[in-house]
Amino acid sequence: MTVRLYVPRDAAALALGADRVAKAFSREAEARGLDITIVRNGSRGMHWLEPLVEVETAEGRIAYGPVRPSDVPGLLDAGLLDGKAHPLCLGGTEEIPFLKNQTRLTFARCGVIDPVSLEDYKTHGGLRGLEKAIAMAPADIVKEVTDSGLRGRGGAGFPTGIKWKTVLDAPGDQKYIVCNADEGDSGTFADRMIMEGDPFVLIEGMAIAGLATGATKGYVYTRSEYPHAVAVMNEAVAIARAAGMLGPSVLGSGRAFDMEIRVGAGAYVCGEETALLNSLEGKRGIVRAKPPLPALQGFLGRPTVVNNVISLASVPIVMDKGAAYYRDFGMGRSRGTIPIQIAGNVQHGGLYETAFGLTLGEIVDTIGGGTASGRPVRAVQVGGPLGAYFPRALFDTPFDYEAFAAKDGLIGHAGITVFDDTVDMLKQARFAMEFCAVESCGKCTPCRIGSTRGVETADKIARGIEPEKNRELLADLCNTMKFGSLCALGGFTPYPVMSAMTHFPEDFSPAPMVEAAE
Amino acid sequence: MNVHVSGSDVGARTLAIVSELKGLEGPLLPILHEIQAEFGFVPQESLPVIARELNLSRAEVHGVVTFYHDYRDHPTGRHVLKLCRAEACQSMGGNELAERVKALLGIDFHQTTLDGAVTLEPIYCLGLCSCAPAAMLDGEVHGRVDADLAKELVAEARR
Repeated sequence: MTVRLYVPRDAAALALGADRVAKAFSREAEARGLDITIVRNGSRGMHWLEPLVEVETAEGRIAYGPVRPSDVPGLLDAGLLDGKAHPLCLGGTEEIPFLKNQTRLTFARCGVIDPVSLEDYKTHGGLRGLEKAIAMAPADIVKEVTDSGLRGRGGAGFPTGIKWKTVLDAPGDQKYIVCNADEGDSGTFADRMIMEGDPFVLIEGMAIAGLATGATKGYVYTRSEYPHAVAVMNEAVAIARAAGMLGPSVLGSGRAFDMEIRVGAGAYVCGEETALLNSLEGKRGIVRAKPPLPALQGFLGRPTVVNNVISLASVPIVMDKGAAYYRDFGMGRSRGTIPIQIAGNVQHGGLYETAFGLTLGEIVDTIGGGTASGRPVRAVQVGGPLGAYFPRALFDTPFDYEAFAAKDGLIGHAGITVFDDTVDMLKQARFAMEFCAVESCGKCTPCRIGSTRGVETADKIARGIEPEKNRELLADLCNTMKFGSLCALGGFTPYPVMSAMTHFPEDFSPAPMVEAAE
Repeated sequence: MNVHVSGSDVGARTLAIVSELKGLEGPLLPILHEIQAEFGFVPQESLPVIARELNLSRAEVHGVVTFYHDYRDHPTGRHVLKLCRAEACQSMGGNELAERVKALLGIDFHQTTLDGAVTLEPIYCLGLCSCAPAAMLDGEVHGRVDADLAKELVAEARR
């Protein structure tokens, strides 16, 4: 009987040699006459253990990792195919504490199934949400999503159901669902993991959104930096279309929905929804003024739902298990689960899906296990390049939209980047300004000019030129950018800058410049 | 990648690409991606053809091509090495890695080695933030790029 072996195809696993490991297994198996089937699954999200190889046994799936190609003969000698012991053996995959302690709703299948097998998807509970939605009136689907408390996982945290209702109620012959998969924030990879590990859940979520709002066409706008995700999504869309999950009659419902995958061209600002829509239309990725809301005049001026990947991928479970099931997870106004991405200088980096409410300290120290370098954690940036730097003193902040806002931060797309004590926070503040200057679309002055002036001012502080005056100037610039910018790029760049300056003032007071001898 | 193409040939091949894709809603980015895949960069001679076929001004097409970091107006070296410059990679020594690779290649970002072997480009996030620092060589991703792996990648690209 053939033994099923799982070797991930997720980009993080590939970056650590998964393809070479898979090749080594098939080569060795052939040489030894072993009957194995290698499934290229998504990642379980334990990236420090990648490439994580799993074998299916009578006792469930047994994990080994991190596996190098040179480990393969030894693993087979030790009896990997029977789940036998080996120094790299981690035991039952589901029993690994990092995975066991999670609440996997959106990522339930990620890393478990073959991403491009619709059969596998159905066996693991896929399509149930869509089937339920087909039997419901559009307004009832919208109500279910609203009642679940699901908020936009892209960063803004706007209630998904309310956005859908605006589109449902908007007049128009043609409406669109646009999935924002332009995951440009450093420290985030949840969208990539879903697209590479469970693409059908995103397709299902988009189809449900289409049924709920009357939109018949969908677009996923993703990044050219994600070639693997693009390939998996294209393959999955073709499979879904062939199986009647997409097309003129979704699962035989008589209602149409189809979609396309579109690829950006390396502009960070296109993650902002109105810039994204312009880019999708084939224009420069310039931010649009709001109003009009994209829900009323979005893609090609028509009513458009713009939702993040994780928001849409969370819809199938809401529809399947009901609003109350989802809403019962979380705290305050942050309902359900959030896939936290732990990145940077951290021992146990990866994706951890859990209900809202863990403290930052629990995430970084307990789950993440502190730094990879073994040095003390000095700062963590939460929410990507536009998120605030938090010092240890704020590690009691619970992971929740409102709690982070109260500490002048944001959870954004839930990426956490850990830095050890070698970090220079003035440099990080300068980088935030520099990044904004490089990526600014140029439409509004505070962002376009303010960021360049910000870099210059940070440089003056670093060189000890009138530091007090320049710190004040930097704070003033941040104030102008925060309140005067058209979108979050210029508007949120002050978060990393001001938090660095507020929480780490010692880095902004370099030794006074010594006059060079003539 | 064939960079020795005549102007009229570029026009004809551009026209073929545009004709195939212009039925899409918002076709310009898919067209430019195809053109860059075909020629290795976006040739100036392509722009008037695109403008005419999509009923845009040449200025509009030029504006789009120059707005996005991905589109190049000149060919790259035989290999393209991209290094991630974003925060997560910085936290794991990404800046030092960049300096090391620059020194190994003897070039700065956006430059190509004199022998035409390697173009070095910065990239802002490959989504490999949990296995930083990250790099991409000709579309293949690499994580936890330490000094040895950097040397290996550079040697591979030099070939």
